[in-house]
Amino acid sequence: MKKILHILRRESAQARPYWEDFYFETQDAGATVATALSSLHAENRISPAQGSRFRPVIWEHSCLQKRCGACSMIIDGVPALACDTRLSQLKGDTVRLEPLRKFPVVADLLVDRSVMMENLKDLSVWLEAEAGAGSEDMAFEASRCLQCGLCLEICPNFAAGGSFSGMAAMAPLSRLIARLPEEQRKQTARNYKKGVYSGCGKSLACRDVCPAEIKIDELLVKSNAAAVWNRWNSIK
Amino acid sequence: MKQQMPINIIGAGLAGLSAAKTCAEAGIRVRLISFQPSERAQSNLAEGGINAALNVMGEDDSTENHFRDTMKGGCDLADPNMVRNLTQDAPDIVMEMDRLGVPFHRENGHMVQRNFGGQKKKRTAYAKSSTGKVLTTALIDAVRKYEVQGLVERYPHHRFEKLILRNEAAAGVLVCDRYSGKETVMAGRVLMACGGMNGLFAGATTGTTANTGSAAGVLFEQGVEFANLEFLQYHPTTVSITGKRLLVSEAARGEGGRLFYYETDTPGHPEDTGVKRYFLEEKYGERGNLMPRDVISREMAMLGRQVYLDLTVLDEKTWKVKLSDLRDEIIHYLGIDPACEPVPVSPGIHYFMGGILVDEHHRTNISGLCAAGECACAYHGANRLGGNSLLGAIYGGRQAARTMIREIAEDMSAGAAYENTLCVDPESFQDGAADPADTASSFRTLTEEETLIQEKMSQILMEGMMPLRDGKLITHALTELEKLKARAGEHEKRTDEPGGFSDECRAKLLLAEATLRCALERRESRGAHTRLDFPQTDENMRKTTVVRYEKGEIRISFREISRL
Repeated sequence: MKKILHILRRESAQARPYWEDFYFETQDAGATVATALSSLHAENRISPAQGSRFRPVIWEHSCLQKRCGACSMIIDGVPALACDTRLSQLKGDTVRLEPLRKFPVVADLLVDRSVMMENLKDLSVWLEAEAGAGSEDMAFEASRCLQCGLCLEICPNFAAGGSFSGMAAMAPLSRLIARLPEEQRKQTARNYKKGVYSGCGKSLACRDVCPAEIKIDELLVKSNAAAVWNRWNSIK
Repeated sequence: MKQQMPINIIGAGLAGLSAAKTCAEAGIRVRLISFQPSERAQSNLAEGGINAALNVMGEDDSTENHFRDTMKGGCDLADPNMVRNLTQDAPDIVMEMDRLGVPFHRENGHMVQRNFGGQKKKRTAYAKSSTGKVLTTALIDAVRKYEVQGLVERYPHHRFEKLILRNEAAAGVLVCDRYSGKETVMAGRVLMACGGMNGLFAGATTGTTANTGSAAGVLFEQGVEFANLEFLQYHPTTVSITGKRLLVSEAARGEGGRLFYYETDTPGHPEDTGVKRYFLEEKYGERGNLMPRDVISREMAMLGRQVYLDLTVLDEKTWKVKLSDLRDEIIHYLGIDPACEPVPVSPGIHYFMGGILVDEHHRTNISGLCAAGECACAYHGANRLGGNSLLGAIYGGRQAARTMIREIAEDMSAGAAYENTLCVDPESFQDGAADPADTASSFRTLTEEETLIQEKMSQILMEGMMPLRDGKLITHALTELEKLKARAGEHEKRTDEPGGFSDECRAKLLLAEATLRCALERRESRGAHTRLDFPQTDENMRKTTVVRYEKGEIRISFREISRL
């Protein structure tokens, strides 16, 4: 399998972006975009951009098995994890790689997603007391969120710095709601409405890109019932 | 009174999170410094569960049983006092995690535990095959509360560069913000929770790429004592996927999975049409598939044939309720539905029993430096039992933090601020930008040559540290490594890259050599260390391998293990 990687690069946040092409060939049928990015050396460059010095492509990676959410990027126009995108499933000879657009670029394909962590702090996402009885299934599903940011990238309603924190905040809040101690209901409901309910237009585009395939619609329905409509007993 | 200097915790996986939470609960300020946020940590990949003798399965389990199994599983090479504490407190750890809302598997409202390797009782609490993920999520939330209170300050895109030593004690760390390239000195005690040394075997482990092993390498070069580096856990059921090894959780066997190979005597006859030989059950009886990992991996390596994991015997409910995530993962990566056909598996590097040498209180040989989690050599002896790593990480983080809290209190009551005991001049040594000469000029990446050197290093280590080794193999690897070091030296001399040859690369080569030397010096077979030229276990070698870099030399000694 042969592919050309067409990568939007920049040396730093301040530097001018440019495109650079790399040639990648493999016998590995399971090779992903992450495999390709891991194997790029100087000799893979096609018509080197920015002078002759080779600069390794900077991107975030960790588990390589879609369990950590590090390698989020835009692949052929679609937000996805590099390790979850097989080259064989991409049409055409050229793969277009760009950094996520809703977060500030640090360098090349690496973006700063710290706004997600800040939002969770603003929404007080923690248990104030011992977890109550509730739904293990719901807590499990919600616990699986990778904080990869792909749902925010595709969301028509999310913008960094806005009051809507998106599904990347909904899932952690749902984890609390699933086993929320009674005395914390008011506070969490207020935060849920502020950070999630009031801003969600329910396009559910998030569900299509979630690499953990979290059942976002189910979590949303259950959390809305409890936190917005005060139907806490509906969580079992 | 002077304000307490924050403790610098390096690593934000389970051990680091647990340490941060413990400190914050005691009102002690910490900095939680990690290469990536907690969500990316290797802890999230842990699958099968966490051990604790909760005795909820009607099997008359006890913490004493857990202690014995852990000691035996580790071939009596762990400190029994540490294992005693770990196993005694395990139920408390699991119940605490339950209070944090971890969705452990329950039936009719009661927690249920599963079988795991090397344990005679059902003692492993779990959440399908994602136990590490749900535990990490809960601890991230718990720590967030203290971030807002200002007790935990996160540095989530920062690389540990080196320990700062004053009067042979840890006085702080030098860290680099990898977003800006800016280096900063952070004064205060140091707690390492930086994970396993996966990067030494790049691409060949079940772990993450972020665990490069560079922090461990740097510490080793700086004189921190390491131990038992020869004990490398090969997990019996892994599969090669692009860029790494994929783990097939031991839970699969805990729930009834069986290992077999196809026997065929006819040359040229396809192997997979022969008779199924459940070789572990034949040799070890009913519980053969749940022997400790070292035993099974060794049997598989000796066998030298393709082994299959038969999960077709699991019923629909088990798949749905207990292992749905594992099934999805196998289907996704291998295109095999394990409920319908056997999965071809082979041993792969999964865990480092060895690491930074710590005492019962998680202290290292450097005052002011503690270590916990996989980076520390603590609870697992010559072979770790499945389900004890999550426990060891959370418990170890807590214990190391408690040690540091105690030390701070002692300092305070003696009226001696830590800074004073170190004779640190506050004018010249405080938080802030590093010496300009040390500051990286830009976003640092490895040069081409460094990348190639590291790839070659991993290859050499893989060959020297195979599941079945002998002196010849290890010596050959050491010779190859010597050549590679010479090549690295040449590169260091002629490089004109800013910053020159990276400290990281040099330190990793040193740690690689230490690993091989430990394997060479232990002339016996024990746990995960199988020497074909010394097949017997030698009772006189029931000692800790201590390795240290001193005056430009790697020195190895064997230290007595404490008694109960």
